[in-house]
Amino acid sequence: MHTKTFVAVAVGLGLVTLSACGSSNDSTTGSSAKSSKTVTLVSHDSWAVSKSVLAAFEKESGYQVKVLKDGDAGQAVNKAILTKDNPQGDVFFGVDNTLLSRALDNGLFQPYEAKGLDQVDAQYQLDAGKHRVTPIDYGDICVNYDKKYFADHKLAPPTSFDDLVKPAYKDLLVTENAATSSPGLGFLLGTAAQYGDEGWEAYWKKLKANGVKVVDGWEQAYNEEFSGSAGGKKAKADRPLVVSYASSPPAEVIYGDPKPTTAPTGVATGTCFRQIEFAGLLSNAGDTAGGKALIDFLVTKKFQEDMPLNMFVYPVLKGAAVPAEFTQYGPAAKDPETMDPAKIAADRDQWVKSWTSLVLK
Amino acid sequence: MDLARTEVAPGRRRAGNAARLGLLALPVAFFGVFFAYPVAAIVARGLKVDGVWRLGRIADVLGQSDIRHVLWFTTWQALASTVLTLLLALPAAYAFARFAFPGKQVLRAVVTVPFVLPTVVVGTAFLALLGRGGLLDELWGVRLDSTVWAILLAHVFFNYAVVVRTVGGLWAQLDPRQEEAARMLGASRLRAWRTVTLPALAPAVAAAALMVFLFTFTSFGVVQILGGPTFSTLEVEIYRQTSEIFDLSTAAVLTLVQFAAVGAILAVYAQAVRRRETALRLVDASVTARRPRGAGQWALLAGVLATIAVLLVLPLAVLVQRSLDAPDFAYYRALTSEDGGTFLVPPIDAIGNSLQYALAATAIAVAIGGLAAAALARRDAGRLVRGFDALLMLPLGVSAVTVGFGFLIALDEPPLDLRSTWILVPLAQALVGVPFVVRTMLPVLRAVDGRLREAAAVLGASPWRVWREVDLPMVRRALLVAAGFAFAVSLGEFGATVFIARPDNPTLPVAVARLLGRAGELNYGQAMALSTILMVVCAVALLVLERLRTDRTGEF
Repeated sequence: MHTKTFVAVAVGLGLVTLSACGSSNDSTTGSSAKSSKTVTLVSHDSWAVSKSVLAAFEKESGYQVKVLKDGDAGQAVNKAILTKDNPQGDVFFGVDNTLLSRALDNGLFQPYEAKGLDQVDAQYQLDAGKHRVTPIDYGDICVNYDKKYFADHKLAPPTSFDDLVKPAYKDLLVTENAATSSPGLGFLLGTAAQYGDEGWEAYWKKLKANGVKVVDGWEQAYNEEFSGSAGGKKAKADRPLVVSYASSPPAEVIYGDPKPTTAPTGVATGTCFRQIEFAGLLSNAGDTAGGKALIDFLVTKKFQEDMPLNMFVYPVLKGAAVPAEFTQYGPAAKDPETMDPAKIAADRDQWVKSWTSLVLK
Repeated sequence: MDLARTEVAPGRRRAGNAARLGLLALPVAFFGVFFAYPVAAIVARGLKVDGVWRLGRIADVLGQSDIRHVLWFTTWQALASTVLTLLLALPAAYAFARFAFPGKQVLRAVVTVPFVLPTVVVGTAFLALLGRGGLLDELWGVRLDSTVWAILLAHVFFNYAVVVRTVGGLWAQLDPRQEEAARMLGASRLRAWRTVTLPALAPAVAAAALMVFLFTFTSFGVVQILGGPTFSTLEVEIYRQTSEIFDLSTAAVLTLVQFAAVGAILAVYAQAVRRRETALRLVDASVTARRPRGAGQWALLAGVLATIAVLLVLPLAVLVQRSLDAPDFAYYRALTSEDGGTFLVPPIDAIGNSLQYALAATAIAVAIGGLAAAALARRDAGRLVRGFDALLMLPLGVSAVTVGFGFLIALDEPPLDLRSTWILVPLAQALVGVPFVVRTMLPVLRAVDGRLREAAAVLGASPWRVWREVDLPMVRRALLVAAGFAFAVSLGEFGATVFIARPDNPTLPVAVARLLGRAGELNYGQAMALSTILMVVCAVALLVLERLRTDRTGEF
């Protein structure tokens, strides 16, 4: 008897569900709710903010903020582009200068000039004329080294791209897949900026011959392969050089348990590439007013000063204070490699393709 | 009136045709809207520029050495996986067919558990066994992750049951007296086996091998987790090209290539299955098995049991052990807290999401697959209908990634604006459930004597009543088994779900994959705990099925 009922129910349910699906547009579960005052932020997995700071914004603006973290930076951008006609949220945060052109060319964002933008340093405003995106933070992608390893081996840590291909540093470096990870791509662009269109492939051939290891993402490279990080020590990692951020050494101190008196890792200052992250109002946002308020909030002093310790990046707002650990253990690079977004847009895909064939295959 | 003049039989045939078309209408519409259209949409997005098809891209893409490398690796690893699976599983098929030993029923279920496990869990289990800090690493310092061995072993683990069930099921029903008769007539043991048993088994072996080849050719989750950046199958490459590199035209070309390959595999498969349906002298499986005799047979059985223990049970045991590797079930308890890191919700919520999605998907798959099977089972089924039979299998082999992305870009406009509704996930999962429903139901429905239906009809029963009184009682069990398989498969579906599940509503496999992608022991431990839960749910579903199943000739 029971089985009969179950089958009847199962079949009936299937039919009902099917016939209902054509007209179930309004039974959406939690898309950017248009009636209630909720603003939805789509971002990558690294998004973080202090609860109190976000609560203050919610109280002031009257908007509840809902955050959807959608994988790593590249995936989040690509998925946002694929779904731009019917976006998952109102604001997207986390597109950086290396992927900016892809987002802009695909019409991901609509223009909005954030309040307070005049207080943001002009060098970060890569879309200044059109205001489709607003710069929020910047950071430097640099090779980090394990101080203890180099002290134990009485070896000077590398300081430049050139050093990394020297025999003394054979089999020491781990980096991320440039096709799948933003620090990996940043490092590749850094070498392309340094050695030019003609020279970067030859450099990577040497790097490969010198035993560079490539893993898929930052988490794996930094926390499992790099011997200098807390995670790496636990995992008995054996690579003392890793492509990470200039702000990674202060993170090791701040999150250290027990807190070390000095950073266990350092930065090879001649290997840095600057990354700037932007936020923008999505083209088909359901709640543009809420989205605009949220973007304004991202460039307020309150958020900008909260950001460094949450996402380990530097504020773009003039006069925003940076924690002492940052200036002490991981100052922003003095002369990082940079690249014109138009150049990145033109060559990125080809570089990544060549890089993949050259290094991975 | 026309009808008055025509004879009865053609009239009834016409009615039969109409009924069949009626039954097929819903499955055809379902596959049109939720499979063909999204796949076509994503392919068009990649290959159509300003309204003009750029078919030249196909040659461009196939000319690239790294793409050819992917094609080569995909084929090579699928072949190697299939051969390895056959080598390891055929002895087990024999042992299950011919030997009686205590615990056989339970062991048969145990062997099948891996097959319904989500690929993500399989990947996780092998990572725990072969990866950094894994069991082999701790014991002997051996690490096999990011090597092709990890992938091959995981594929064997995954597909062992396909061979044991497909080949073993038939083997158990072959009359051993035929081989004995051949030996009596003077044939050597080998010759008797070669001339009597092998020809009878060959189509089943071929069908199993082709299924394994299909599953490994399109492998996604396992390769994604174990392969590292260097190894990718077509399916993984489609995912990378779409999601990471955003080269939609390359992804579209690869989708077409995979489509063609899978179509070819399925065509050969249909051939093999048809040959298997040729009459064999079958006997009841219960009379063909006896206790092993002699050292050789005992050794064979011991070998089979040892293989199962090491290859199938050990990875799962390591998974469970890792999930308990913290005091006081800390990893399980962590699942209930909102960590603010990976998800908006506590990971435990993924279990509820998954169960709901899987139930809805099962309902859809049973409805669609049941209708399709009912239409296909009719003896007068024409060529067109048989063609549809093959089409129903396509979702098993066509890139789930493509389907997922297709859903995102195709189903986002009225009247089919489903992108932000929950139903999207069950719809995608039902696509892979339907083939299992059809394959389970079809042999049973075909076995129902058509004369019973006719008799009922002649006595005045309506078609619905005929179905209820004649077919349903006979197929009820098969229907439940089909539902169970669809449920397990939906529960574990990863490739399509990973794109369309919203970050605030992750399913279990999606949650496992994302926890694995984050650093930290707690995340890893939680991934193991969630995988264990998923494994237990799948195993329970399967054990229930094993009790229900009476007829073992089904294809899965």
